[in-house]
Amino acid sequence: MPLKYHSNYISTTKYNVITFLPKAIFEQFRRVANLYFLLAAILSLTPVAPLSAVSMIAPLAFVVGLSMAKEALEDWRRFIQDMKVNSRKVAVHKSEGLFGYTHWQKLRVGDLVKVEKDQFFPADLLLLSSSYEDGICYVETMNLDGETNLKVKRSLEVTLPLDEDEAFKDFRGIIRCEDPNSSLYSFVGNFEYQQQVYALDPNQILLRDSKLRNTQYIYGVVIFTGHDTKVMQNSTDSPSKRSRIEKKMDKIIYVLFSVLVLISLISSIGFAVNTKYYMPNWWFLEPKNTNDLYNPDKPALSGLFHLITALILYGYLIPISLYVSTEVVKVLQAMFINQDLHMYDEETGIPAQARTSNLNEELGQVHTILSDKTGTLTCNQMDFLKCSIAGVSYGVGSTEVEIAAAKHMSSESDFGTSEIEIEPSTPMTPVFERVRKSTIKGFNFEDDRLMNGSWTHEPNSGKILMFFRILALCHTAIPELNEETGVFTYEAESPDEGAFLVAAREFGFEFCKRTQSSVFVRERYSPADDLVEREFKVLNLLEFNSKRKRMSVIVRDESGQILLLCKGADSIIFERLSKTGRTFEGDTTRHLSEYGEAGLRTLALSYRVLEESEYLAWNAEFVKAKTSIGADRDVQLERVAELMEKELILVGATAVEDKLQRGVPQCIDKLAQAGLKLWVLTGDKMETAINIGYACSLLRQGMKQICLSAAPSDPTQPNAKQAVKENLSLQISNAIQMVKLERDPHAAFALIIDGKALTHTLQDDLKARFLELAVNCASVICCRVSPKQKALVTRLVKEGTGKTTLAVGDGANDVGMIQEADIGVGISGVEGMQAVMASDFAISQFRFLERLLVVHGHWCYKRVAQMICYFFYKNIAFGLTIFYFEAFTGFSGQSVYDDWYMLLFNVVLTSLPVISLGAFEQDVSSEVCLQFPALYQQGTKNLFFDWYRILGWMGNGLYSSLVLYFLSVSIFSSESAFRSDGQTADMAAVGTAMFTCIIWAVNIQIALTMSHFTWIQHLFVWGSIASWYLFLLAYGAGSPLISGNAFQILVEALGPTAVYWLSTLFIAVVCNLPYLAHISYQRACNPLDHHVIQEIKYYKKDLEDHDMWKRERSKARQETKIGFTARVEAKIRHLKCRLHKKIPSLTIQTVC
Amino acid sequence: MSSSLASVSTAEESGDTSPQQKQSKKPKYSRFTQQELPACKPLLTPGIVIGIFALIAVVFIPIGLASLSASESVVEVVDRYDADCVPSDMQGRELDFIQNSSTNKTCTRRLIIPKTMKSPVHIYYELDNFYQNHRRYVKSRSDKQLLNPSKEGETKICAPEGNTPDGKPIVPCGLIAWSLFNDTYTFSVNSKIIQVNKKNIAWASDRSHKFSKDVYPKNFQKGALIGGGKLNESIPLSEQEDLIVWMRTAALPTFRKLYGRIEEDLLANEEITVVIDNNYNTYSFGGKKKLVLSTASWIGGKNSFLGVAYLTVGGLCLSLALGFIILYLFKPRTLGDPSYLSWNRNPSASAD
Repeated sequence: MPLKYHSNYISTTKYNVITFLPKAIFEQFRRVANLYFLLAAILSLTPVAPLSAVSMIAPLAFVVGLSMAKEALEDWRRFIQDMKVNSRKVAVHKSEGLFGYTHWQKLRVGDLVKVEKDQFFPADLLLLSSSYEDGICYVETMNLDGETNLKVKRSLEVTLPLDEDEAFKDFRGIIRCEDPNSSLYSFVGNFEYQQQVYALDPNQILLRDSKLRNTQYIYGVVIFTGHDTKVMQNSTDSPSKRSRIEKKMDKIIYVLFSVLVLISLISSIGFAVNTKYYMPNWWFLEPKNTNDLYNPDKPALSGLFHLITALILYGYLIPISLYVSTEVVKVLQAMFINQDLHMYDEETGIPAQARTSNLNEELGQVHTILSDKTGTLTCNQMDFLKCSIAGVSYGVGSTEVEIAAAKHMSSESDFGTSEIEIEPSTPMTPVFERVRKSTIKGFNFEDDRLMNGSWTHEPNSGKILMFFRILALCHTAIPELNEETGVFTYEAESPDEGAFLVAAREFGFEFCKRTQSSVFVRERYSPADDLVEREFKVLNLLEFNSKRKRMSVIVRDESGQILLLCKGADSIIFERLSKTGRTFEGDTTRHLSEYGEAGLRTLALSYRVLEESEYLAWNAEFVKAKTSIGADRDVQLERVAELMEKELILVGATAVEDKLQRGVPQCIDKLAQAGLKLWVLTGDKMETAINIGYACSLLRQGMKQICLSAAPSDPTQPNAKQAVKENLSLQISNAIQMVKLERDPHAAFALIIDGKALTHTLQDDLKARFLELAVNCASVICCRVSPKQKALVTRLVKEGTGKTTLAVGDGANDVGMIQEADIGVGISGVEGMQAVMASDFAISQFRFLERLLVVHGHWCYKRVAQMICYFFYKNIAFGLTIFYFEAFTGFSGQSVYDDWYMLLFNVVLTSLPVISLGAFEQDVSSEVCLQFPALYQQGTKNLFFDWYRILGWMGNGLYSSLVLYFLSVSIFSSESAFRSDGQTADMAAVGTAMFTCIIWAVNIQIALTMSHFTWIQHLFVWGSIASWYLFLLAYGAGSPLISGNAFQILVEALGPTAVYWLSTLFIAVVCNLPYLAHISYQRACNPLDHHVIQEIKYYKKDLEDHDMWKRERSKARQETKIGFTARVEAKIRHLKCRLHKKIPSLTIQTVC
Repeated sequence: MSSSLASVSTAEESGDTSPQQKQSKKPKYSRFTQQELPACKPLLTPGIVIGIFALIAVVFIPIGLASLSASESVVEVVDRYDADCVPSDMQGRELDFIQNSSTNKTCTRRLIIPKTMKSPVHIYYELDNFYQNHRRYVKSRSDKQLLNPSKEGETKICAPEGNTPDGKPIVPCGLIAWSLFNDTYTFSVNSKIIQVNKKNIAWASDRSHKFSKDVYPKNFQKGALIGGGKLNESIPLSEQEDLIVWMRTAALPTFRKLYGRIEEDLLANEEITVVIDNNYNTYSFGGKKKLVLSTASWIGGKNSFLGVAYLTVGGLCLSLALGFIILYLFKPRTLGDPSYLSWNRNPSASAD
């Protein structure tokens, strides 16, 4: 073969054995601070260093080693996952018609494989034949696009005979096709077989990672392998993500670096000047007898050396332990996330999992959530809940929206407030009980009027019978008998159809068999009756597509009557009703809007009785259209179908609940109240997506929907693409205009866009305006999007708005988006592990997202922000004192502190309190976080890590350093004795006293910063201070060869001295006075939300004044246009309006 | 959903009897992991704010007054003699004067005692512009050598004063010892010599643990360059208290070091005659030399800074406390007043 194809081996790891060390080390030293410390460590081996080498190298090795070990572990897990996939087995044609099993990774392009039922395809295959005679097979593409319905693939007719192992003995063919690409829905190529060339289309292509269903086996030829496959082409490299705060932290470190370089330059210039002009006079230094480090004859060289010394000495400005401490803190925070019982799912037994700890604080700053639909918001299960037959609505079950609205209306009459209480648990219970009651999957219908055959006593029983027959006949599903239970289950193209069939079965119309030409239904009108199996000949099937929005079957029943059964979107059906068929139109319309409001998916059902002659005439035309070849075949078919689907008689409508996962509407509601935007990206078709939008309250009645879709274009036209694009551009402009001109404050817009339109709008020239429109809409739903488009949309939001994005999904099709977003959340435990493997956080239910963001995110953001600010403060306060002292030593590079003090400062004496701040601080309790989602805005608005605050902390550090140094020096001035026995203070005494003040000052500072003291904080903060004295005692008691002038310093020199203790008290207080005054003033005049809530809690006002507490909680919610509450409020507005119309004398100001 | 629910409920039932793998994944409840540890949440209420500032003021002002009065009670006599002790014919050639070993360096000074100085009166010498804290200087000592007679060869870090030109180790080595201060003072009142006690001027720990009584000065000040004072080679280092005091390097370039103590009262208006051996060279770098007589109080020598600082901050806190009282009186805010919540203050912003 001329081309070298990829092997079928896949690898998703970041490193391999050889590249790990260089790549991981490179990653580590991309952190500027690490690079600096590496340099400092190297230089500390030379005599230039002011500090010992060990004290520079050890912490660095620790930090880098820890981080690299973490990376290695994460990559190892990915490797194991890959190995599992690579060593799956598949049957391959060996020779002479014999098939043998081999590992996936050994597959090559051109291999013939046989894939059996419920196996994954190992590579992209060309379907040759299947266990079905007509060469069809059913495929589940869950991992590719998230859809669980089955897709039918059809082989070429010419390869149909190749349906057994022996047939492949002498099989030869040539496939020519396009290069590997990422488009899942297109394929161009041809197949040369037996001297004939056949065109290939996506219908014959089986994609890797999709699953063979309902088909015993298929034969196929490998076309693309490994990383050439469509699914791998759709995967993007997993990027290493860093949080916004961490990126900003780097900037701060750059600032500190500049300061460091600046003061080092000042030092070295000062040193050079001193060395040149003054040192020759300093006979006590023997200036004539020096080396290059202090050579008065070469001041420039000495100055240069000194620059390096100074850079190392002032290194304390850059907190090396910041990285270690943040790593430790984040691991602790991740542990809290993992251990949170509120995010543990009892049903699946899976706790939440922070897969990377890098992004904890980012959780507190999320602005937009991009969510997958299937498996994330929904369980992908439809339940037949209600129906309207002949103008009567059946089904007593109620949806969550209805329950909440009812609850609210009753509570309003009691309290007179506009409080809507949706406790996470309360509305769940009825729903939950309902689920428990019904044990039939897909059927949640309760109404004694229809069940158990009692429908026969209803007035319109004839219509009801027709309704049930339409349910049982108008579909494309295949029945499957469950051998154990004897119950039929259905493999349907869509879960709605499945729900209809289950409903029909429960009503006594059991669809049991499908042949090429007939559908068999076992009917039983009442439990007492016998089963009657009836055969309906299917004459024609007019398929569903998103443009027609309807499907019909034409059947001949046993009596020979020809019926057209049609189900479809209500608008489509209603415009095709005959005059006589409109009897129930009014009632049905009313019911439909009620169902829609309740978040149900609705379809209208209708029929038409056909005359034999009428049918025959039409059928001739239909067959003609069907057999016509050419581009207009579809158009022809549609036109002919249109001729038949008219003059319909309306029977009724169905309402199916797309089963949302538990707590999803409440969670969306809370997230909306926290000010988060939610975009839904789904591979589903537009109708399904819209229905789900209703179900989870992203859409509601009265919302203005803006639908963007690509106008169908004539591909023959040369600039068809251009035309489509212009059309879209126009649509967007109009929509933007509409949004801008809207005056009603309650108006909300929803943007719905499909994948085809997205391909155009995501191009450079349109995407800015598309984004402008999208951010102005309350909810955005993208349907029919490919995995790549999901990632592209995510990137657009991320880069276009500059805000933090979070992507949540469960399937392999969400991997791209999960990786692209600032934070990727995987839903674990449903289907596959790809999404979880690519994610940063894994939760088992969508509803846990609320707690993950609003509680953990909020806390982690504040903790990390405060911690980093404090870190900079403390290191500036400490580091600058070293610099000031330099000015008094002729810039010689001498430190006033003992080496040991400096080493311990970051590692022991101040690290634990700051870790306890970072790990345990809580501004408000978790309950309050959940009750006041608005508090989350503090993170989104970045109130705690903006430059104003950072500079404030730095200023505080600068102030403290000045106070610490100059007050200490003035008090311990060597010009007068500091003790009653006349001793003067030497350098060790001054240094130790100053250091004591620093320890007190920074620890009191952190105590002032904290608002939540458990025994841990107390232990760490006060323990740090105590440990300093303990250290001094121990250090002073050791060998004087180690401690030098610090020998017995506390016991002998400082301890018995009043001035020492007075200076500590004084300086510690003065350092913290401005901060204390500032926060007191701020709280007095400008309290932040959490301050006020802390006070309410502190005085237990929430218990005394229940109404106020409730009122504030409801006000705290962002005025949202989406979500459950918004929807209930809209409904209330609506009801109030009606009320006003009835009682015009009542004047309440309400905007309707 | 419903079927999975059913299976879970059975799993739970069996889980009670036999712990399953599934159950082991459930995080164990503890107040720590659930972040529900009991905590105290102090709050800066107006009362506490005013209380803190008032308390600081109440504590600081008395301390300030006490320190100030202690500092005031200290009597201090300072006499700068570096310039006056150069004979008039050598003025302008101070370096020649101090470096010439044959010049007469004796110098007599008269001090008037302003107030009665109670015994003990501490005698200090004060140097200025002398960088005892220079890195080159600070590092130039060998603690091992001072402590252990067998380690006298450990002079590497003492360069350039580690070894004599012929290679013998210098004890004590290094620039610090080499530049030992060597002016001496003799005091007399009305021709009666006042005894100066030079014992116990160094830290006891230094004498007992850092300067060995078995180590004697050796080869000290024998090199080509003579630095400061010489040492009596028959006295062990532990008793060379002037050296021990000198070896405690000062933190700042202006410093005082204890020279000795006069253990008798000096009466007011007494004239004290000091005979100074002005040997030490501060002329090359323009450093002043001062002789200081001072009593000591509980805060040490005369240093009013601490008292003034305490009083200032105490006063500041008092005014802050008053300021906050006024603030709370004129701009009262009920704590926990919900109208201060952001969504109540700025409704349009929250509706954004």
